[in-house]
Amino acid sequence: MSLRSPLGRALGLGSAKAGTEHWWAQRVSAVALIPLTLWFLFSLLLLPNLGHETVRAWLQFPLSGFLAILLVAVLAYHSYLGATVIVEDYVHTEGLKILGLLSLQFLHVLVGGAGIFAILHVAFGS
Amino acid sequence: MSVRARPLSPHLDIYRWGIGMTLSIVHRATGVFLALGLPALTYWLVALASDAPTYARAMRLLLSPVGLVLLMGWTFSFFYHLLNGVRHLLWDVGLGFESSERRTSGWLAIAGALLSTAAVWMLLWQFKRL
Repeated sequence: MSLRSPLGRALGLGSAKAGTEHWWAQRVSAVALIPLTLWFLFSLLLLPNLGHETVRAWLQFPLSGFLAILLVAVLAYHSYLGATVIVEDYVHTEGLKILGLLSLQFLHVLVGGAGIFAILHVAFGS
Repeated sequence: MSVRARPLSPHLDIYRWGIGMTLSIVHRATGVFLALGLPALTYWLVALASDAPTYARAMRLLLSPVGLVLLMGWTFSFFYHLLNGVRHLLWDVGLGFESSERRTSGWLAIAGALLSTAAVWMLLWQFKRL
């Protein structure tokens, strides 16, 4: 039985039918980021210095490069999910909202993609 | 279509302040600030993939006074968002809902974030890795 009024249904009001999935993805990426971010931070702290050669050599270890790629990917995804909710919460003009959500998608793929490409470049470069 | 203004339920300003309110909005604020740090991380990685002079320039920029303030802000935001995020995850599995528990864990998140940030930067300074 639906408790929604026929008028509300006709006007397309009510849930967007995608809330749980979004919420769940936010949690899964959050859990993944706990070890990934801490690994990244401690790795940098434990390096003898943060010079070009040292950091590159560290990132050229297969495990480091792999985890760094996972980190950037999950970070961009988690950031995208969070930023999306904020735009949905505060931007009420329909056109502006869609523009904002679209921009978030492009920017996150751009920034995440560039980061991953840079890591691959270091890992497979000489 | 004109919509008649409907009555709204009482909003934020009628409630007595509680630590949870501040923690909640700070969680969102640190999230936004951290999202702004993502391009900085990518910038650093791209510089790392470039030659040594480019990387040195990026490091000079990141370690400039403005860069340092931002990096410390990101460090604190990271630890706060992490610790408060863990609070949220614990609530999701049904733990720590009592009001005393919520207050305690809230203050713990703040104290933990401040202490961790101080520890990281003291380590960095101590060993002159900058």
